[in-house]
Amino acid sequence: MENTNYTHIPKEQFEFAEARDFSHDKKLVTKPVGYFHDAFRRFCKNKGSIVGAIIIIALILFAIIVPFCTQYTVNYNDTYYRYTLPKNELFANTTFWDGCEEKTLNKQTFDYYYLMGEETGHPSVKNNEYTQSGSLYTFRLDSYHSTGCVYYRAELWEYEKIQQYQNETGRQVIYPMIPLSKRPQSSSMRSDANYYYETRMRNGGTEIVYDENGDIILAYASHPVGEESNDNYHSIRIEGDGENGEEYEYARLTDTGYEIRINYYEYYIYYHTYYLQDGIDEPIFLFGTTEGGQDILTCLASGARFSFLFAICVAAVNLFVGAIYGSIEGYYGGKIDLVMERVSDILASVPSVIVITLLQLHMQGASTILVLFLAFFITGWIGMASTTRMQFYRYKNQEYVLAARTLGAKNRRIIWKHIFPNALGTLVTSCALVIPSMIYSEVNLSYLGIINLSSGNLTSVGTLLANGQPFLTTYPHIIAFPSVFLALLLLSFNLFGNGLRDAFNPSLRGSED
Amino acid sequence: MYMFKYILKRLGLMLMTFCIIMLICFVLIKLLPIPINAGLGVDRELIEANLRARGYYDPIMVQLWNYVKRIVTEGDFGIGVNMPGYINQPVWDAFVTRLPPTVLINVYSTLIGVPIGLGLGIFAALKKNKWQDHVISTGVMILIAVPSIVYAFLIQYIFCFKLQWFPLMMATGTDYFTGEMFLSMLPAVLSMCLGSIAGYARYTRAELTEVLTSEFMLLARTKGLTRGQATLRHALRNAMVPIFPMILSEFVAVLSGSMIIENIFAIPGVGMMYLTSIQVLDYDFFLLLSGFYTLVGLLAGIVVDISYGFIDPRIRMGAR
Repeated sequence: MENTNYTHIPKEQFEFAEARDFSHDKKLVTKPVGYFHDAFRRFCKNKGSIVGAIIIIALILFAIIVPFCTQYTVNYNDTYYRYTLPKNELFANTTFWDGCEEKTLNKQTFDYYYLMGEETGHPSVKNNEYTQSGSLYTFRLDSYHSTGCVYYRAELWEYEKIQQYQNETGRQVIYPMIPLSKRPQSSSMRSDANYYYETRMRNGGTEIVYDENGDIILAYASHPVGEESNDNYHSIRIEGDGENGEEYEYARLTDTGYEIRINYYEYYIYYHTYYLQDGIDEPIFLFGTTEGGQDILTCLASGARFSFLFAICVAAVNLFVGAIYGSIEGYYGGKIDLVMERVSDILASVPSVIVITLLQLHMQGASTILVLFLAFFITGWIGMASTTRMQFYRYKNQEYVLAARTLGAKNRRIIWKHIFPNALGTLVTSCALVIPSMIYSEVNLSYLGIINLSSGNLTSVGTLLANGQPFLTTYPHIIAFPSVFLALLLLSFNLFGNGLRDAFNPSLRGSED
Repeated sequence: MYMFKYILKRLGLMLMTFCIIMLICFVLIKLLPIPINAGLGVDRELIEANLRARGYYDPIMVQLWNYVKRIVTEGDFGIGVNMPGYINQPVWDAFVTRLPPTVLINVYSTLIGVPIGLGLGIFAALKKNKWQDHVISTGVMILIAVPSIVYAFLIQYIFCFKLQWFPLMMATGTDYFTGEMFLSMLPAVLSMCLGSIAGYARYTRAELTEVLTSEFMLLARTKGLTRGQATLRHALRNAMVPIFPMILSEFVAVLSGSMIIENIFAIPGVGMMYLTSIQVLDYDFFLLLSGFYTLVGLLAGIVVDISYGFIDPRIRMGAR
C-alpha cells in the first residue's frame, strides 16, 4: 500500500505541477457602477453643467437664507425711501454701488441739496464734494439723504418720546420750526421742510434769498431768550441757538398736537430702533427700493423662494401624474393609447393664457396660488406623459420584457419594475428643465398682469419686473436686479439640464448642440 | 396619394381638436354672467338691449347654435362690450385692424432672423471646434437661455433710452410702411428675433455638422468639387430638410406675436388686445382671440410634419 500521508515532509517541498499565475483568479475588487452613479460621473465631467449646478445652488441658498438675514420684510415699505438706489457699505467711498447718483444742476437746485447737509450734518451732496463749471454744478446726490427734512404732525406722547430719544442718544431728530409766514409761497413747495432759509417767488418758481455776503438768511421761528414758549421743547438745540438773544422754537402747536420739523434719516433710525424696535437700524438697501418703498433684496429673495417651492411642487405633481398616464398609454398601446393621446393632445394645444383666465374667472375667491397651480398642472403633466410614453414604446418589445412575462410577471410588475426605471433618467432631466420654464411662465404671466401674486407677505419676480418697468428710464435698478436674477437662473438651469441630459443619455450627446 | 390622405387626416384631426377646445371655452365663458362696466358716456341700456337682441341671455346650446350660425353666414363674431374704443362694435373688424402691426413685426423679425441665424450656424459648422465655433455656440447658448423679457428691457434701456437710436414706444397711427414707423418697430423686432436667431443658428450647426461628415460629401469632394461647392450644393440642401420646416413653424408660431414684446414696446397688436380683453372681461373678444391663438398654435404643429413631405422627396408621409 502506497503511503500518501507525508506528515514529515515540510510544506516548502511541495510545488505546483503546472507553473501558472494564479493572480487572475482573484475576486474583483472594484465596485460595480450603477446607472445613477455612472450618470453622476459623466455629469461631473461636463464643466458647463457643473458651473450651472453651482450657480443654481447659490441661487437657491440666496432664496433660502436672505429672507432670514435682511432686516426688512416683504411687508415693509417706507413712503420717503422710495426709488432709493442700491448701496453697499463696502463701496461707500467709491462711485459705484454707493447709493448716489451723478447730477449736473444749476446753482439754485444745487444749493437746495447742499444746504440740506449744512443744517443737519447729513450731506445729500456726497462728502460735500462737487465740481463747478460755469453755472452748472456736478455732484453725486445721495439718495439716502436727499429727502432731508419733512414736516411731521406728532401727538404729544410721540413728541415727548422723540425728545426722550434725543436726550438718551444725543442724536438730533427735531430741527427748528419754520413759521408759516416764512415758508415758500408757491403751494407745491410750501410743505417742503428743507427751505429753512428765506425764499421768494420768481417766475412761478421758488428762489433762495442771499444776503450781501452770498449767505442764506435763516427763517427759523424764534422768541427772545427767557420768554415762555409753547413749543414744550427741552432737548438738544442746534448750534447758534440762543445767540443774539433769540431762542428758536422747535414745534408749532396745532389743534391735534405738534407740528415738528424732523430730519427723515434720523427719524427713520429713531422710529425703527427706538419706537418699533423691529430690528431695522440704519436705512441701507443693498439692491435699492422699489417704487412702493419696498426693499428689493428682500422681495427678490422671497419671490425666488416662493418660485422655487412652487415650481418644485408643481413639477412633483406633474411627474407623478404624467408618469402614470404615460406608462399606461405606452404599455397598453392600441385603442387605449389612441384615446388617451387625443385627450392629452387637446390639453396640450390650449394656450396656457386661456386656461389661467378661465380658471380665474370660474374660481373667483380662490387664492391665485391655487389657480396658478391648477393651470400649470393642467398643461404641465403632458410633457412628462409623452416622455414616459416614448420610453415605454422603446422598451416594451425588448426580449427581457418578454422573458419577464414568460416567467409570469404581472403587467403592473413589468411596468414599474422592468420598463419604468428606463424612463427615469429622461424624466429627471425633463423635471430639471420644467422648473425654470415654470418660473419663466410665472414671470411672464405676472408681468402681463394676468395673475397677481403680490399680496401681503408674498411677491414674485414677475411682479417686481412688472411694477418696475415704468421706471426703466428713471430708476433702472428696480428691474435690473430681478432681470439679472432671472437671466442667471434660466442660464444655469439650461446648462445644468444639458449636462443632465447628456449624463443620462450618453447616446444623445451633442445631438442638439 | 399617400401624401394627400395624410394631409387630410392631419387637418381633420386638427380641426377636431380645435372644435373641442373652442367648445369647452365657449361653454365655460357662457356659464359666467356678462359684466358690463359702462363708463362715462356709454349707454348701459343700449349695450344690454343689444346683447339681449343677440340672444346672449338664452340657454347655452341656443347661444352656441346662434354663434356658429352668425360666424358662418355673416362672419359676425359678436360685439365689444367693455373693450375701450370698441364698445358696441363688431369684434372681427377690431381684430382685423389690430392684425397688421403684429404680423409686420413678425415678418420683419423672420426676415432679419433667418439669414443671420442660418449664416451663423453655417459658419459655426464649417469652423467646428475652432474658436469661432466656441464663440458662436456660447453666444447662442446665452441667447437661448436668457428670456426675451430680459433682453427686451436691455434693448429698450440701451438703444432707446441711453443711445436714443430708436423711440421708446412704437409710433402711433396706421401708416405702417413709413421709415419712421419702421424705426420705431425695430427695437421690438430686434428683441423678438434675437431668440430665433439663436435657435436657427443652433439647429443649423447641429444639422450641418452631421451632414458634413456623411459619405456623399466625401464623394462630392472626390469627384472634384471644391469645399465651398460641395457645402453649398450638397451639404446645405440636405441640412435644409429639417431646418426649413422649423423656420416655417416658427413663423407661424410667432404670428400670434409675443404678448410680452407687444406689452413692453406698446405695440397696438393682437396680443395687447387679448390682454385688454382679459383685463376688462370682454368675452366676445376673448373667444375670438383665444380661437386665433389656438389655431395658430395647432397650425404651427402640423405645418412641420406636412412640409417634410414636400421638401424631401425621399420622405413619404403616411406611407406604410
